[in-house]
This record gives sequence, structure tokens and C-alpha cells, in this order.
Amino acid sequence: MSFDNLDTLYRQVIMDHYKHPRNRGKLEGDALVVDMNNPTCGDRIQLHLEVEDGKVKDAKFDGEGCSISMSSASMMTQAVKGKRVEDALRMSELFSDMMLGKEIDSGDLELGDIEALQGVAKFPARIKCATLAWKAMEQGVEKK
Amino acid sequence: MDARSIREQFPILNQEVNGHPLVYLDSSATSHKPLAVLEAVDAYYRNDNSNVHRGVHTLGTRATDKYEGAREKVQQFINARSTKEVIFTRGTTTAINTVAHSYARANLEPGDEVIITPMEHHSNIIPWQQAVKATGATLKYFELHDDGTLNMEDVKKSIGPQTKIVALTHVSNVLGTINPIKEIVELAHRQNAVVLVDGAQGAPHLKVDVQEIDCDFYCFSGHKMCGPTGIGILYGKQELLEEMEPVEFGGEMIDFVHLYDSTWKELPWKFEGGTPIIAGAIGLGAAIDFLNQIGMDEIEAHDQKLTNYAMKRMREIEGLEIYGPAADKRSAVVTFNINGVHPHDTATALDSMGIAVRAGHHCAQPLMRWLNATATARASMYVYNTEDDIDQLVSGLTRTKEFFGNVF
Ligand SMILES: Cc1ncc(COP(=O)(O)O)c(C=O)c1O
Repeated sequence: MSFDNLDTLYRQVIMDHYKHPRNRGKLEGDALVVDMNNPTCGDRIQLHLEVEDGKVKDAKFDGEGCSISMSSASMMTQAVKGKRVEDALRMSELFSDMMLGKEIDSGDLELGDIEALQGVAKFPARIKCATLAWKAMEQGVEKK
Repeated sequence: MDARSIREQFPILNQEVNGHPLVYLDSSATSHKPLAVLEAVDAYYRNDNSNVHRGVHTLGTRATDKYEGAREKVQQFINARSTKEVIFTRGTTTAINTVAHSYARANLEPGDEVIITPMEHHSNIIPWQQAVKATGATLKYFELHDDGTLNMEDVKKSIGPQTKIVALTHVSNVLGTINPIKEIVELAHRQNAVVLVDGAQGAPHLKVDVQEIDCDFYCFSGHKMCGPTGIGILYGKQELLEEMEPVEFGGEMIDFVHLYDSTWKELPWKFEGGTPIIAGAIGLGAAIDFLNQIGMDEIEAHDQKLTNYAMKRMREIEGLEIYGPAADKRSAVVTFNINGVHPHDTATALDSMGIAVRAGHHCAQPLMRWLNATATARASMYVYNTEDDIDQLVSGLTRTKEFFGNVF
């Protein structure tokens, strides 16, 4: 029995974000707060965003879920921090395309660790886990 | 019972998934369908397809005979007094909703109580939440012991003159707990409360005799007992069904239609508005024949043996937690978690080895909170499963534990 298949999903970077999540916690003050869950499986995230002058100044998350949903949230907060809102939304779109298994051209946007989640595209049942945090971010910046 | 020859009747099991022979351990979600059921549905569409209870042509008569024949099979399967007490619905969910709409809305008042348990499936919770909101009655829960069995002392204390409806599952789809429904029916009847039993996980696994249990309503789904999706049963005592208003109005369920008023057909048809689920009912009839051929006592014994074996083998895995009661108090369901591994990750790892289990909250969020778990993994078994499937599961779980132990 081989686990090749699983290795493409559970990359080291993902496990590192799962075990040592970046930006875990809450933002004080009047941060934007978005609660989102995946009703089919119970994954749940609370995202805190500080958006000012069209920029995501800070982002933190809290929640419970599988390695894919939690590592994706960690990577997402890392990726959008300091970005202009339109760039954060462009990244989210790129991420959705990546989940659909499309070839993506990130252009001027640095995907960094996020690329490690590419393997999720081959596990259709898990795509919603990976996109949960990004959907929360989209909803958050739209609130502003 | 020879599970291997039974397996041959389920062609779907004979396939590879992700390069491994399929090991299907998700029958609580839905069971597979034997050839006899597939063929019965196919034969109906090929030879007899027609609407029922309409017109006089030959196909119409054949379709009607088969549809009503299926009702008789259900009646005998659960030992209902007559076919008037057997209503075809879309499934357990629709059956419970019918009672919560019709009976509950007509009989509940402020001060009245509906009591359910913390181990209910969402479909036996939300209809009651809605019914008490609409009537001003109150919803209450019985307490559970730590092992996930009902606290009967609390049940005795809770049921009182204010109790109008008790609704509970025969078998928990998460813990596997088999509830002492007969005893609870007795307690409720002493206070003139009616009892609805959610039999979605009961009817497939246990011999059900509604007269012996003496429950007022018993609801179940065809698709969990080798039948097709989209068909289920509402059993109700005739005197209760007689006084209940239908919840769906239209063709098939009427007697006379005037300009401003109409009258209903007699039971059971007054609850079957519109063209019914003809092929589904016929498929369910074939599923009942299939289960009867094996024998419900045999099925119960097979489930028990397999559950004992599964629990014994799974306990050998260090760091694996099993939820719910001892094997002799449960049906063929084992819900578990591997310490430190999220159940989704467990299920994905097992799937890569061809092993199908369910992960998530199993449509029982209140129970997950009671268990203090956000999600769990569940292996559930049925007539076609063997000890070999359990061995595959155990070796898959061991490998899963190793895999995540290494990557972490
Ligand atoms: C205990 C229990 N009740 C009710 C249901 C709902 O059945 P259905 O979805 O067929 O209406 C299920 C199905 O998962 C169940 O396990």
C-alpha cells in the first residue's frame, strides 16, 4: 500500500501551519469579525480583520477544524496581511482557481506557502475545507 | 448467515477505489441495494410504468397492485394492524415532519411539553423546535449517562401530566445506543403522552413490532435498509391518523372537490398527496423481501457479532477513542477519533486505501457538543460487511496513525 497520494495532500508545509498556526487569536478594538462554518462537517472559523485605507492591516483567526482548513486559514492570514484589498481578493480568486485544478498565473502576487495546498484539488471532498478561510476573508472585506 | 454469498448480491461492492478493493463502512448514512431491488425497480419501469389509482387500463392496474402490494409488505414487516396505518413518505425526515405539523400543531398548547433526547438526529430535533415555537409549548431533553445511554431515572422523573409528546430515536446513528423504547412508551402512556420513534437506524437492524412496542408513530427510511432513496414510512396508530389533518393537499388524497371546500380520501391515502413514489415503494417492497429472506433475527445476530469484533479490534489501537456504550447495548455503529488527528484527515487517509467511513457531526450537533467533540469519524456496518472489512479498517487506522505521527 502506498501513501503517495496522501503525501501530495499532506505536505510538510501544511502540517507545519496546522501545528504552529500563524496569526492565531483575536484582534482588539473595532476589527471586522466574520464567523463562518462548513455546515456539512463542522469546521468553524472566526476571522478578525483590520482594514484601513483600502489595505488589510492585520488579520487573525480562531477556530476548529481539520488540518486542511486550519492550515489554509493560517496561510491566508499570512498572505493577505499588508495587501491592498483588491489584491487580497485577486489572491482569493487565484486560490479558487487553484482548487479547481486550473493552471494559474499569479503575476505580481507572491503565493508563497499557499502553493502547498495545490494538492487539495485532487481531493474534491476537501476543497471546501481549504476555501473556508478565504470565503470568510472575502465576506469580511466586503463588509467594509 | 453467510455474508460472503450475501455480498455477491451487491454488485457495487465489487470495485476498486483509489487502487484498493472497496471497504464500505458507511451504511448508517445509506446502505447499498441488492440486485433484487435494482431489478424490481427496473422491471417496474420497463413493464408496468403507469400512474396509480387512476384510470382503468391494464398498466395502471398493475402499477397500483405493485404499489399497494409493497404497502402490505411494510405492514407485515413492522406488524402494523392494517395497511391504513402505513403511509408512504419521502423518508424519515418527511414522516417526522408530518407528525410535527399535523398532530403536534393541533394538540400542543402553552404549558405543554415535548421531550426528546440529546442523541437525536437533526431531523428529530428541528421539527419539534418549530412545533413548540408555533404553539407556545416547551421543548425539553432527557439526560444521558456518561456512556451515552438514556438515564431512565431522569426519564421517569421528566414525563408528567404536562408531557404531550415524547420523540426519540430507536437506535442512535452516532453512538449506536439502542434505547429501551418499549419501557419509555409505557411511561409516556401512563401520562397520556404519545410517543414517536425515529426508526431510521432501528428498522434496518432490529426486528420491529409496532404492536408490541405500542408506540404511536414509527418513522423510517427505505434507503438505509437496502431500498431506494426517496421512499420512507410513517406508521401511525389508526385512531391518531384518523383525527389528523393532512399536510399536503392536491391530487390522489381527495374524495370530493367542490369550489370552496373538499373532503379527503380515507387512510392511508389522505396523507399521500400527488403522484406517489411508485418505483421507490416497489423497491422498498423488494428490499423487505430480501431482508426477510435472510431473517431479521439473523441480521441482528450478524450485526452484534461484527460490532463486538470491531470494538475489540479497534480497542487494540492505542490512542483511539471510541464513543458510546458497550457492544451489547449498541447496534452496528462505532464512532471514534484518533488522538491528535482530525476525523476528516482520518477519513481522507482511509479513503486513499479504499475504506469508506463518515466524518463530521453526523447531523447531530447537540450530541457532538455533549460528547465535547467538534466532529468524529464513524464506521457503520450492515448485512454485507465481514470481519475482513474490520481487519482492513483496523490496519488502515494503524497506518493512518503512523502517517500523521510522522508528518506532524
Ligand atoms: C437516526 C436518524 N434519524 C433520521 C434520519 C433522517 O433520515 P432521512 O434523511 O432518510 O430522512 C437519519 C439519517 O441519517 C438518522 O440516522
